[in-house]
Amino acid sequence: MVETRKGLDPSGHGTVSSGEQRDSALKIAIVDESSIRAAILEDGLREAGFTQVQRIAETHNLLARIYALDPDVILIDLENPSRDVLEQMFQMSRAVKRPVAMFVDQSDSASIQAAVDASVSAYIVDGLKKERVTSILDLCISRFNAFARLQSELDHAKDALEERKIIDRAKGILMKAKNLTEEKAYVLLRTTAMNENKKIIEIAQSVITAAELLK
Amino acid sequence: MTAPLRIGYIPLVDATTLLVAVDQGFTAAEGLSVELVREVSWSNVRDKLNIGLFDAAHLLSPVAIASSLGIGHVRVPLIVPFNLGYNGNAITVSPRLFAALLSAGDSDITDPNVSARALARVVADRKKRGVETLTFGMTFPFSNHNYQLRYWMASGGVDPDEDVRLVVLPPPYMVESLVSGHVDGFCVGAPWNSVAVDLGVGNILHFGCEIMAHVSEKVLALREHWAGENHDTVAALVRSMSRASEFVGKIENRERVVYIVAHRLETLPELVHRTLGGNLKITPEGAIRKNDSYIVIDRSRANRPDPVQAAWAYAQIVRWGQAPLSDELQMTAENVFRPDLYDGAVGNAHGQAGGGKIADSVGAFVGPDFEARDIAGYLAAWRNKRVRQPRLSVVR
Repeated sequence: MVETRKGLDPSGHGTVSSGEQRDSALKIAIVDESSIRAAILEDGLREAGFTQVQRIAETHNLLARIYALDPDVILIDLENPSRDVLEQMFQMSRAVKRPVAMFVDQSDSASIQAAVDASVSAYIVDGLKKERVTSILDLCISRFNAFARLQSELDHAKDALEERKIIDRAKGILMKAKNLTEEKAYVLLRTTAMNENKKIIEIAQSVITAAELLK
Repeated sequence: MTAPLRIGYIPLVDATTLLVAVDQGFTAAEGLSVELVREVSWSNVRDKLNIGLFDAAHLLSPVAIASSLGIGHVRVPLIVPFNLGYNGNAITVSPRLFAALLSAGDSDITDPNVSARALARVVADRKKRGVETLTFGMTFPFSNHNYQLRYWMASGGVDPDEDVRLVVLPPPYMVESLVSGHVDGFCVGAPWNSVAVDLGVGNILHFGCEIMAHVSEKVLALREHWAGENHDTVAALVRSMSRASEFVGKIENRERVVYIVAHRLETLPELVHRTLGGNLKITPEGAIRKNDSYIVIDRSRANRPDPVQAAWAYAQIVRWGQAPLSDELQMTAENVFRPDLYDGAVGNAHGQAGGGKIADSVGAFVGPDFEARDIAGYLAAWRNKRVRQPRLSVVR
C-alpha cells in the first residue's frame, strides 16, 4: 500500500532531489470537475517541483484538449464518467502522437487499490519510467484522501449547522405554544428524546412537522 | 448467509435481470447478500472487478474478453457464467443528419444497406465541400456500440477510421453532445436513444438488432480466480439471476420490473416500458418502430453463455485492429463464456445454443456468414466484399 507522505501542509517537501529535477519538465494534466480538489492537487504538484501542470475542468471535447496539451501524465477523478473517454487513447495510436498507458501494471495491484480507494486514476505516456511517476501518484493519492477528509468534515459541519437550525426552530415553536423559556423548551425536547429512545433532532423535526400540520 | 457480494453496474436497462435479482429478493432467496454499486464508467467497473473491489459486475461482453486477453489494459482473466442479454442498442442521429441521409438515400432508409450507402454519399459530399467530418459517439472501445457503428458504416464503403470520427462518450453525455453538435449521431443502449427522441434532438435510425440480429450485449462477469474458489456462490448467483430472468420474462410482472429498473436508473418508467417492449418512438414527431428482438433478456433466449458470441466479439476486435488474430487468443476468448457453469447451476432445459455448432448465430444484415471455426476466412471475405462496388438495389 502506498504510504501517504504528504498532507495539506505545504512545508517539508520543498527540496527536490537531482533525480526529480528532470521530472519538473513532465507535463501533467488534471481532469477533475471539482475545482477545489483540482486546485489542491495542482498546488501539491507545484510544491513538489512540477511546473507544467494544467487543469481541465470542462470535459466537453476532452480528447481534443488532451491532444492539444500533449501531456506526459494524465490524472483523472474516478467519479468522472469521462474516464471512458481516455480509454480511447489506447485505441487510436494513429490519431495520437504518443500512445498512452495506464500507470499501474499487473504487478502493481497495491498501487491500483490505493489509487482506486482514493478515487484517482493516472495514465502516463508509454515508455515513461514507472519510478518517475510513482511520486506523482503518491502525492495525488494523499491529496485526494486529504480532500475527501476535508469534504466529510465540511459535510459534517453543514449537518451540525442544519441540526442546530432545526432544534432552534423546534424550541421556538415550543416556547410560543407552551409559554416556556428557551432552556425549558430544550429540556423538554431532550427528555422526550430520551424517553422515546430517539435523537433530539428527530424529536425537533417531529415538532416542526406537527406545527406545520396544525397551522 | 455468505459474505456480502459487491456487484457493480452501470445504470442501463440491460442491467434489468441483475437489478431484479437483487431488488425482488432472488439473490436473498439463494442465501446471498448483495450490495449493488452504481458506477459511472466502464473503466471503473472493469478496474474494480479486476482488483477485487467487486465480486461480480454488469459488463460489456467485449470488455470481458478484452480483459481476459489483456488488450487495452492489464490482463485479468474473467469468466461469464450468465449472459444478461442480447441486443438493446440503437443508432440515433441528429435531425439534420437524418434529413441528409433521407435525401441521399436511394430507397427505404430503414434498410441499413440503404442508410449505409446514403451515409457514404453524405460523407463524400462533405469531403468535397470541405465540411468537417461527421462525428459519432459510442460508449467504449470494446463495445458492440463501436462494432455496430463500424459494421454498418463499412458496409456502405465508409472507413470508420478515416472518413468519420468515432469518439467514446459516457452514455449520460450522449444526448447533450448531440444537442451541442459535438456529435452528429451515436450508438448507445437504453434509455438514451429514447431520451434524445423525446427531447426532439434525435431520430433513431436503426435498432442494434437491425445491424446484428443476435449479439451478446451485457454479461455477468466474474474473476476466473475468484469463481474457481467460490463454486457454490457462483452457482447460487447464476440460479438467482435465472429466476430473476424468468420473472422478467412474464408479462404480468412487467409493472414491477419497470418500477425496479426505473427506480435504480432514476429514469422515467415510460422509457423503461418502451425499451422492454421493443416499442420505441423513433422520431420527435412520434413515429413508432417495434421489434421483439430490440432487447432480449428473457430466460428462454438470453442467458446461456454462448462461446460463438465470444468468438464473434473477438473477430470484431481483430477486424478493427485491436488485437492480432491467433488460435490461442481465440481459444482464450471463447473460454471466457462458460455454458458449463450455467448448465451446472440451472441446467439447459431450454436447449439454448452454445458450443460453437451454429454456423451463424449473429445474423448481421450484410456480409459473410460468421464462422467461428474460420475467423481468418470470415475476415478475408469481408475485405473482398469491401472492394466491390456497392450494390445499387437491394432485394429483401
